[in-house]
Amino acid sequence: MSNPYVPYPVKISKTLVETEDKQLKSFWLDFLDPAHAEAFAYTPGQFAELSVSGHGEIPIGIASSPTEGDTLLFTVNKVGSVSTQLHQMNQGETMGVRGPLGNSYPLAEMKGKDITIVAGGFAVTTLRSTVTWLLDPAHRGDYGDITFIYGARTPGLLLYEDQWRDWQKRDDINCHVTIDREVAGWDGMVGFVPTVCEQVAPKPDNAVALICGPPVMIRFTQPVFDKLGWRAEQIVMSLENRMKCGIGICGRCNVGPEYVCKDGPVFTKAQLERLPAEY
Amino acid sequence: MSDKILTKDSAASFLAGLGGERDLFAPALAEGKLAWAPLEPGREPLWEFSNTQMSPKEFFFPQTECMMRFTNQQDGEQGMIMRPEPELARERVLVNMRPCDAKAFGVLDLIFCQDEVTDDPYWRDKREKSLIIALACNDPCPTCFCTSMNCGPHSEAGADVLLTDLGGKLLVRGVTDKGEAAIAELPEAVPEDIAAAASAKEKAEAAITTSVEMDQVKAREVMELYEAPHWDQVQESCLNCGTCTFCCPTCHCFDIQDETQGAAGRRVRNWDYCMSWLFTQHGSGHNPRGAKKDRVRQRFMHKFKYIPVKRGGEIGCVGCGRCVQLCPVNIDVREVVRNMNA
Repeated sequence: MSNPYVPYPVKISKTLVETEDKQLKSFWLDFLDPAHAEAFAYTPGQFAELSVSGHGEIPIGIASSPTEGDTLLFTVNKVGSVSTQLHQMNQGETMGVRGPLGNSYPLAEMKGKDITIVAGGFAVTTLRSTVTWLLDPAHRGDYGDITFIYGARTPGLLLYEDQWRDWQKRDDINCHVTIDREVAGWDGMVGFVPTVCEQVAPKPDNAVALICGPPVMIRFTQPVFDKLGWRAEQIVMSLENRMKCGIGICGRCNVGPEYVCKDGPVFTKAQLERLPAEY
Repeated sequence: MSDKILTKDSAASFLAGLGGERDLFAPALAEGKLAWAPLEPGREPLWEFSNTQMSPKEFFFPQTECMMRFTNQQDGEQGMIMRPEPELARERVLVNMRPCDAKAFGVLDLIFCQDEVTDDPYWRDKREKSLIIALACNDPCPTCFCTSMNCGPHSEAGADVLLTDLGGKLLVRGVTDKGEAAIAELPEAVPEDIAAAASAKEKAEAAITTSVEMDQVKAREVMELYEAPHWDQVQESCLNCGTCTFCCPTCHCFDIQDETQGAAGRRVRNWDYCMSWLFTQHGSGHNPRGAKKDRVRQRFMHKFKYIPVKRGGEIGCVGCGRCVQLCPVNIDVREVVRNMNA
């Protein structure tokens, strides 16, 4: 009998403090057993429980794309006891990964459509996975125009600079990266994500939007999309809630009858409108 | 399904025969309280009782359970790597479980073992290694409302064998293959015994005086039930103490925690409860069920709407009435369901 609670052992192969406030740190993880890498078959939008023995587990979105190989990337915000311990861990140390968990972005249903991706702050993680996956030569041809809008408060709080700088140079994705207020030395866009969305004005025809960010960004981005004529069925979001089991049993992450860990974390806005806002 | 007969005189030796390689357990009186305890082979179990104060869910879902162990040091080949706990070493026979409790574990099977992804090995192992011999209720309590909850005083669901007390003897019904195998050697019941058990069932069902309707709860959308005004009243008296969740046979929320002592480490799961503020609190401090009302509502919505929606109409309540008896502020789940259904 396989045991869904036992994490796969992994080694930290690299770490990187991603932001100027040192709150976000990235971890590249390699499976100790190649068979586990094969068993861990994931799709963008899924998450995993990162296990630090002696401290516990935290559910974190997978930031790498399966098209990048077997190494997994997670970017972790330092907020509680497990994430604080994880931030103190270094290259070469052993930890665990349990998953992949949850559903994923509806990549199959998105085929043939234009895709707008909106990310705010560190909610960009699983969207980094998605963009990387979409831009892979094996997948890019299946999709229409891709627009990526990403904002953070300051340049120093933007994640994955190497990637989005690279995307800005490509002609098969429209990549808009913005910061809230002007900062000396910043050569990119300035303005809040909702404002940039208004300027970019993605068209709703035959299109899907993936929107992830802090509640305040969602609150002000929503009306922009409504005004542009987007329907709730076309807007896809990803939820976070406190979790333990990760497989739809332990009872804490549910939003109405739906378990964020198992039925989610990805829901359309239309689905969420029929559920209590317990997230 | 076969009906056999067992005299109470020979019950002790029959159960001892089922024991052998298996451990026997049955409800027993200890210090004035009825609780599940080991049944020594050769001893006769209690036949006359209402039900144990705590449900027997502990047998399948212990209050604290070690899930895995690890060596708490980074150096060394096996350091920090989680190893699952061994499975249950011996099988068990649970004698005289009330039908409501047996039914509850049938409902929990649907939650712990949903599909390929969600297949809880700890739950499954203990379920597969247990034989449940249920004892039908001939004398229900005033707090019982099982007949309103897809269950009943003589319900067979979730049991392997159902016993019906006919005075000096018991009608023994094999419900599952496992149950049939256990009772194969017993003599066949005669039609009069079967008729007597059927009449005891009818009498017991008639003795359940409270009933609650669920038709509107079933028909209404989640949000209509969620936004109903009566939650404001229920939450006022609730203390969020969690007593109802701990005594409940279907409450199954749990927490997972790590413990270390020197180089020894383990990951355990503990009963948790949705009445706790910390249960849903995010690392950021945000709490999606931050108010007492949110948590009280969650418990009832989970049992009477969310589980039915997700599990083909099964209800997360079997009407055992324990929470009605034990709630320190007298919240009556039957009243809450009536309000939901009103």
